[in-house]
Amino acid sequence: MNKIVAKEYFSENVVRLEIEAPLIAKSRKAGNFVIVKIGDKGERIPLTISDANIEKGTIDLVVQRIGVSSRKLTDLNVGDYVTDLVGPLGRATEIENFGTVLACGGGVGVAPLLPIVEAMKKAGNRVISILAARSKDLIILEDQMRKWSDEVIIMTDDGSYGEKGNVTVGMEKAIAKEKIDKAIVIGPTIMMKFASLTTKKYEIPTVASLNTIMVDGTGMCGACRVTVDGKTRFVCVDGPEFDAHKIDFDEVMTRMRAYKAEETAALAEFTK
Amino acid sequence: MTKEEILALRNEPWRDELRKKMSPKDRGALERVKMPELTPDYRVTTFTEEVQQGLTKEMAVAEAQRCLDCADPSCMKGCPVGINIPTFVKQIENEDFEGAIATIKLTSSLPAVCGRVCPQEKQCEGNCIKLKMKQKPVAIGYLERFAADYERESGKMKAPKCAPKNGKKVCTVGSGPSALAFAADMIKLGYDVTVFEALHEIGGVLKYGIPEFRLPNSVVDAEINTLREMGVDFQPNTIVGKTISYEQLHEMGFDGIFVGSGAGLPRFMNIPGENLIGVMSSNEYLTRINLMGAGRGQGFDTPVLKGKNVVVCGGGNTAMDSARTAKRMGAETVTLVYRRGLDELPARAEEVHHAMEEGIDFHVLHNPLEYHGDENGRVKEAVLQVMELGEPDASGRRSPVPVEGKTETIPADLVVVAIGVSPNPIIPTNFKGLEISKKGTIVVGEETMQSAVKDVFAGGDIVRGGATVILAMGDGRKAAANMDEYLKK
Repeated sequence: MNKIVAKEYFSENVVRLEIEAPLIAKSRKAGNFVIVKIGDKGERIPLTISDANIEKGTIDLVVQRIGVSSRKLTDLNVGDYVTDLVGPLGRATEIENFGTVLACGGGVGVAPLLPIVEAMKKAGNRVISILAARSKDLIILEDQMRKWSDEVIIMTDDGSYGEKGNVTVGMEKAIAKEKIDKAIVIGPTIMMKFASLTTKKYEIPTVASLNTIMVDGTGMCGACRVTVDGKTRFVCVDGPEFDAHKIDFDEVMTRMRAYKAEETAALAEFTK
Repeated sequence: MTKEEILALRNEPWRDELRKKMSPKDRGALERVKMPELTPDYRVTTFTEEVQQGLTKEMAVAEAQRCLDCADPSCMKGCPVGINIPTFVKQIENEDFEGAIATIKLTSSLPAVCGRVCPQEKQCEGNCIKLKMKQKPVAIGYLERFAADYERESGKMKAPKCAPKNGKKVCTVGSGPSALAFAADMIKLGYDVTVFEALHEIGGVLKYGIPEFRLPNSVVDAEINTLREMGVDFQPNTIVGKTISYEQLHEMGFDGIFVGSGAGLPRFMNIPGENLIGVMSSNEYLTRINLMGAGRGQGFDTPVLKGKNVVVCGGGNTAMDSARTAKRMGAETVTLVYRRGLDELPARAEEVHHAMEEGIDFHVLHNPLEYHGDENGRVKEAVLQVMELGEPDASGRRSPVPVEGKTETIPADLVVVAIGVSPNPIIPTNFKGLEISKKGTIVVGEETMQSAVKDVFAGGDIVRGGATVILAMGDGRKAAANMDEYLKK
């Protein structure tokens, strides 16, 4: 049981939770995720760690209220307990001094991107961050991202904040201005697919962090398998980050829909 | 147990008397007991009710009478944990059921589990003298289960006595059968024992893998509760090698570590269409249903795909469990696809028999070639290669060879791949200094279970790469005895 010590709404459906987990706070690295389960009959869902405080012994999760489980989690309040929390899982991000790093976050994807940007900056990189979302209220963690970035580009689909256009527009602009040595893209799968196609044009080495369906998160079930470079890999133990130019994003998107009907029905029942 | 100790127990007056009560000839004439079972029609409608209902007191006593109480009991040689089989069987005949369970518990920490899932036909019962006399072996497994169930149902489960605390701390990585057996022996020896488990439930494969119709969770939990009463500390949601490092375990004061992290990684066949929606590992299928409660009534958040036409690939116990589970999930057809013949099925004969009774279609001498999907990326059919048996291979079984050009396509909206598992890589990749085999297993001394890192012992599937509950328990016991020796030095 892990206690929630802080809760903050970034927008109506995006919530930051700070949760007591001293061992995970100590051992986690940028790129790691945890599995969370709410209630005895709850589902195990993977969530990437967006920050940690070793002194306080806490980790931060940023959760978008999409389905039943994410709602159950974000319906909890300060002082409540998360039934089960396990981690840190997955391989950590490969951090080194690449030169100039382009970090692209779409929607809540900015949250897992934050610790990577911090680590990249500390490793001596010049960091250009792009925060992209549908509209102004969905742009999150801007101040924190600015702290670790040399330059921040904000993109909104409706032009309500920053520049109008999707993430690739911002990416093209950044790439045109200077030489990019490495790109990281995290966000909805469709966004990662097109961001990856953009960097491929310019042959910029790129990693994407996948957030597939998982059950155990430790390599046991294989629900998270994806095709990378023609081979089947497990996101939970081989990832979550892979060479974006080799990921079969279409397969990822198809497999994400495996339980679409069940999820829709469960949500209708839950919100009734 | 030495020959002398076995004989001394056999020579106790009550046992002499009991032997004389009935002649070996009369004992030989008794029929082997039949375990009462739910009818196939009924049992495919329930997840939690056990197929095998257990022996009554009368049945157990009658079955125990069949045992000849040999002076040199060969059955014991077949038991990986060395249970004094004739003693507990004769105690049952003598209606001393509490004595019987006490005898079993001297060497086995999970009798209710072993009585249900051990392959007795290959172990104790496979070594029973009666087989040589052309009789059916004594139903040792049924009797073990009876003794354990009798104790649990009487509500008088007794935690075995532990030695005074010796001030040393040990831990396990994992909470499956090898780790539980290790924990039981070490707590009895006076160690402080902590069990670290990655999942949210204790029990490992006993919980996520074996379905409740074969091994109810309540039975596993009762055994775990006994260990808890003995003082074992259980820590779920903790991944050694991730949450806590080897170095941190030492900072926490652990003197010895037993790794029983199991064979976690499911194998796939790497054939076209295997990543379609609806193709999944048996680990995923069984975990969703057994551990997460998917498809098992109200309130469970985890979903699972329910196929109409289910194909299960493989011929082991896990394949049988998956096929029988699919039937209980309401599948119209369940086809088990296995590349060798019926005689070569590695599953226990009893499981095969139960599966056949429940209407599983055994499509032997077929091997999946590829899967086809619909426009939504969901599997719709399986293309199978027809096989025939060739020359015996290294395992002694006749190896399957494809019949050139002969294939068959069958409808499949759910495919469960149960062709085996590989060792969990978390400990091998996170503990420095271990010797790791090509297969990814941890190399240990065969007799000591000690790894290349002196204070790390290992057993079960992380060493064997895929075996049985009882072999894992045997490893746990061996590791406990040897770690005790090592820590006393």
